[in-house]
Formats: sequence, structure tokens, C-alpha cells
Amino acid sequence: MLGVGILKGLTETARNFVGSYFRKDRLTTIQFPEERAPRIEASRNFPFLVYDGPDAMAGLRCVSCFICEKECPPKCIIIDKSTDKKPDATGKLQFYPAEFKIDVSVCMSCQICVEVCPFDAIKMDTDFELSTQNRFDDLLWPKLRLAKSNEYYHEIHPTEAAAVDADLAAARAKAAPKPAAPVAPVAAAAAPEKGTTA
Amino acid sequence: MTLIFLILAAITIVGTAAAMSFRNPIHCILGLTVGLVGLAMLFLHLGAQFVGFTQIIVYVGAVAILAVFAIMMTQGGRRLTETATKPQITPSLLVGGTVAGAVFAVLGWAMLGRPSTAIHSVQPVVSVNQIGQLLMHNYVLPLEIMAVLLTAALIGAVILAMPQERGKR
Amino acid sequence: MTPDTVDQIFVISKHWLLGYVPAMLQPLASAVLSVVPVLLAFPLLFAITTVLERKGLGRIQNRYGPNRVGPAGFFQFAADGIKSLTKEDVVPRDADQVVHFLAPLLLVIAAFLAYAVLPIGRNMVVANLDAGLLYFFAVGSMVELAVFMAGWSSHSKYSLLGAMRAVAQMISYEVPLVLASIVVVMASGSLSTVAIVEAQAGYTATLPHWYVFTPWGFAGFILFMIAATAESNRSPFDLPEGESEIIAGYYIEYSGFKFALFFLGEYLGMFATSALAITLFLGGWAAPFSFMTWIPSYVWFFVKLLALIVFFIWIRGTLPRLRMDQLMGMAWKFMLPMTLLNLFTAAVWHFLPNPLLRWPVCTALVVVPFVVLSRSMKQGKTLQVRTYRYAE
Repeated sequence: MLGVGILKGLTETARNFVGSYFRKDRLTTIQFPEERAPRIEASRNFPFLVYDGPDAMAGLRCVSCFICEKECPPKCIIIDKSTDKKPDATGKLQFYPAEFKIDVSVCMSCQICVEVCPFDAIKMDTDFELSTQNRFDDLLWPKLRLAKSNEYYHEIHPTEAAAVDADLAAARAKAAPKPAAPVAPVAAAAAPEKGTTA
Repeated sequence: MTLIFLILAAITIVGTAAAMSFRNPIHCILGLTVGLVGLAMLFLHLGAQFVGFTQIIVYVGAVAILAVFAIMMTQGGRRLTETATKPQITPSLLVGGTVAGAVFAVLGWAMLGRPSTAIHSVQPVVSVNQIGQLLMHNYVLPLEIMAVLLTAALIGAVILAMPQERGKR
Repeated sequence: MTPDTVDQIFVISKHWLLGYVPAMLQPLASAVLSVVPVLLAFPLLFAITTVLERKGLGRIQNRYGPNRVGPAGFFQFAADGIKSLTKEDVVPRDADQVVHFLAPLLLVIAAFLAYAVLPIGRNMVVANLDAGLLYFFAVGSMVELAVFMAGWSSHSKYSLLGAMRAVAQMISYEVPLVLASIVVVMASGSLSTVAIVEAQAGYTATLPHWYVFTPWGFAGFILFMIAATAESNRSPFDLPEGESEIIAGYYIEYSGFKFALFFLGEYLGMFATSALAITLFLGGWAAPFSFMTWIPSYVWFFVKLLALIVFFIWIRGTLPRLRMDQLMGMAWKFMLPMTLLNLFTAAVWHFLPNPLLRWPVCTALVVVPFVVLSRSMKQGKTLQVRTYRYAE
């Protein structure tokens, strides 16, 4: 009969209405700035540079090989290669990026730079609050701002970071069989064949 | 001839004049609506509430909308700037002018023939109740005839709107 | 202060204020003093309703709704108002400038005019017209013209389609709306809203003599509310807005405060028809029980109005939008026969004085056609999975 379905629907919505005041599990909304959803491990947003050790500028894994700059589809990465070599975290002398910039407004978070990096030096972040007040200064991030520690990487992508660390350790062990050095020298030169686990 | 009467008469005349002089047919109808509302206000001013409100319901609520629909369905309310650029003495204009002149002549003769105090007479207060009583007692036959006529028109409209049933087969 | 004084406090204060006005200006001052409270109260009610509606709909959908501005988001309407006031007023280049400007004004004016005949409390009505009900519908018919003006002048196909839908819907549902209210005119013998409320006064064993407590009155009330929902373009009859196909209907080309005016006009229309339903079927400002008459009449009016508004919101949160053919079928195949039969039922009620006889007879006269009609509307309609010829 006409109207019975309407009454059923009305009771359903009334139940929702009343229930939302008594049962918190009905309300799935997260009140964003005050409370946040737990981080999702698989989420990716904007790349950052990984460094080992305590000093961000000294421990950067990046050797400024320009692969990511060339591969970047929107061309948002700008690298200045250094003229000298500096010891990296493992003590081996390497080129390092004198400047490494990424334009936030251009980057499309495609993760291709991460895929192509032979040194596991650039990884995807989960931070999404990138908006700024200033259009011209705050959107071109320098390497100081891009550098984040390996611990932070472990924090946001634990599974993936563990796999990367294992790979790196294995490669270093293979490249340096003699146990003379206190820590195995960086196997960066041997790494290109090895696909990253990103 | 109070101030209110003058204002309402001005609204009515301006509205109907606008209805005749606008190029765009939709504007004409809107002007006509203003005129009809002015006329309804005149009825209300004379104390005839039922006639005034019925005027608004029938003419503004139904006839204006009907006319608008008719225009939308025939020519889509296009702006007719290219046609009717200057007034020409055509047979239709002559006929229209003759009829208008005749109507105004008869009206003027009827009005001037009466004493002018008729306008200032006491406003008749006719309640809706009285109108209903009259319609249901004295004028019940005309009312029924009108009802039959309208029903016939309604049925005719329905039949006109139904030919696709036959064409299906 | 006696309850009677509290009840009449607005009337008394108006007369007190009028005492200070020179005699020549008194009619004008009286009109202003009657109109201004209405012009203040109902937009305020509109502001409150928008918040209530958004919060209520949110809760129905297990959301919070607006909760940022003020305590529990209650001042959201102020933020919305400021926003719509400061927004740019965009008028399309091809639009008919004058008509485009006049349409929202006409809509709001027509919506406000309707309040003139609604009795808000005892002795509280702006104008007690002899043909008050007729006046209400006359003013309501001007809304259609405003809607058409808005849709046509915007010079956009979506707004024109929306206006056509809205006008067709409003004309179709005006017939059952008027016919559903005529039963009350038959019962009370008057078109004056004040007289209709007075005809429903009095109590039998604490229960009031409202028309909704009769078979024809109940059916009339339900039919009236359905038609009122359609008349005010509210869900499930909000096809003229139809976001999925015509985006926003006739006010798509309006922005800023003109858009807010459309919003206001629509809600004012809804309040006005709800208030008319209260006047016709729910005893106007009268208390629902004889022992509660000490509560002022205007409080009862607004309590009933809020109850109806809450019901409108509830319906909006429940029902999906109708299709155009369903809408028209509903109006002409269900509403119209039911309202016509309801007229007959009211006449039977009037001519059968014996309560033992007229209750069962009139109930049967309402229920049997309803069952038959709803069965026949369902006939030949089997629910099945819809197949789309061109979409797949």
C-alpha cells in the first residue's frame, strides 16, 4: 500500500538520527585539525631526501646523479652538483648535491623519482599539509627542508624502510668483503642493478 | 478620485501600455501582468476582495503562465528585434484601431451619461459568503452551465493530447 | 502578570506604542508595527532553520553537520549570511538585466505578503481579510511568475529547464493544495483565517476540536502537506533544483545575495504553507490540551510551526527525488481524485449528524479510495532490474 515504504524509511532515518547521539561508533567523521586519522602506511604524497646519521647535510644518500631530475615528468626537481667530494655516512667520498630543490606547486606526487633512484636516496612522504601563505618563496623547497632522517622513514613506512635497509646492508656487504673498514663502505656503485623496493 | 486610485490607475495603464510597446513577447506578458495586478488592486480598492483575489489567481497565476508557455513552445521567446521596426498602417492596425475606438466611445458614452457622483458612492461591502449564496441560489443554472462547458473543454484537451495511443499499434 | 496579559503582550504593547503617535499617522504606524515583527521573526526563523536542517540532515546521515561557528555550530547562519553578502554579484552578459534583477525581489515579496493573513496568535494577525485564504493562494500564485522570470531571464538552458519544471510542478500541485484546503472552508463556512481558527476552538474532555481529528480533516491534512512540499519545491519534490541533471534549476545564474534571497524566499514559502496548514487543520494558535491554555498562543503557533519544519527536514533526509512522470502522475492520478473524494467526505460528514454513523462512514470513504488508488497505481508495475538501452 502507498505510504508503507515511506513510513519504513522514516523510522530508519529516525533511528540514525537518535543513534548518532548515543553511539559514537555511528559517527565516522574525524574532526580534522583536532583529531587525526591514524597514518596509513601505504599513503604517499611528496618526496623527501633520506639521510643517515645525525647530520642531515652530511648524511644525505643523494650523490646528485641527475636521474630523478631527468625522469621527473613535470620537471620540478632542480639539482646543482657539487664540484668537490665529501665523505658520506659510511665514509666513502662522493659527490653531493650542492643544491636540491623541489617545486611543491609543480610536483604531482607520481613517485617516478623514487622508482628510478639507484641509491634509495629519495622516498615518498605522507605529510599532506603543504599549503603556505607565500606563493613564491615557500613552495620551492631547498634540500635542508627536504632532508628527513632514515628514522623518520622507518616511522612512516616501516615495512618498506626495513626492506630498503636490508637491501642496502646486503649490497654493502657484497661490495666490501674485507672487514677492514669499521662499517661496510657504501655499495652505491654496485647498486644500480638492484631494483629499489619502493 | 483618491490618491490611491490614481496610483493604481497609473500602474494599470503603464503596465498595459508596456505590454503593447515592448518588442520582446515575454516582456509584453510581464507588462500585461503588471496591468492585471493593477486592475486587481483597483478591485480591492473598491472593496471587492473576492473579485480582486480571483483576478490575481486566474490572470497572474494561470493566464500569464499559460501565455508564457505558449510563447516558449511556439518560438522560444526569441528576441524579435528585426521585425516590426516601424509602425505601418496595415489592415490589422486599422481594424484594431476601429474596434478600440468603438469600445472607448461606448464606455465614454456610458460613463458620461451617468451622474459623476456614482464614483463617490458608498463602497459596497460584499462578503464572499454573499457571493457564494448568490451563486448557489440565484445563479446556480449559469454556474452549472459554465461547469459543464469547462469540463467539456478539459475532456477535449485530454483527447487532443492523446493521439499517440492510436499511432502506436 | 496574568496568563492573559502574557498572551496579549504584543497586542497591548502595540496599542501602548500607538498611543504616542498622532492620530493622523495612526493607520500607517499600526501597519508598520504589525508588519515589522513579521519581517523580523520569520527571517530569523529561516536562519535558525538552515542550521537545524543542516545539523538534522547530518545526524540522519550519521554526520556531525556544521559545528564550527559558535556553540555547536549554531551561528553558522551568520557566517553564511556574511559570506553571501560579500560575494560578487555575477550577472550573465546575455541575461535580461531588469527581469534578472526583479525575479528574486518578486519571489521574496510574494513570500512575505502571504504572512499578512496568517494568525500568529490570539488577536495577532496583520490583516484579517474576509477572503484571507483566497488572498494566500493569490499571493502564492505570484511565486510561479517570479520563478519563471528567474529562469527565463538568466538565458541559460539549465535555468530555463528548471523554471519550466518548477512552474509545471507548482501549477499541478496548486490544484490539490487548494482542493485540500477547501474542505476546511466547507466545515467552517468562512474564507477568513481568523474565523477558521475560531471555528476550531473549544475542547471536549481536554481534546481540541481541530479539523485534523476528523477523517476528512486527517486526509486533507496529509494531502495538504504533500502538496505543500511540492509547492515549496522541497525534497522529494525538488526536481526543479535537480543537481544531478540541471545543476540548480532556475537560480543557477544567481550568486551572492540574490541567491540568498532565493533561498530565503523558498524557506519563507515553506513556512507560510506550514503556517497555513496549522491554521487550517491544527487549530492555529490554540493549545493542544485544555489544561495547557495558560501557555501563550504565539508560543503554540511557533511550536507547531517548528514541529512541521522538523517533519519537512525529516522527510528530506529520508526520501529520494521523484522522477518527472512520477511527480505528475502523483498529482493528477492520486492527489486530485483523493482531494475531490475528500470534498465529498466532508459533505457527508456535514449532513450526517449522528457521530456513531458518520465516523465509520467517513473513515471508510477516506480509507477505501486510498487503498484502491494505491493498488491501482501499483498495477502493471513490476519491480525489476532496469536495463539501459544506450548507456551500456
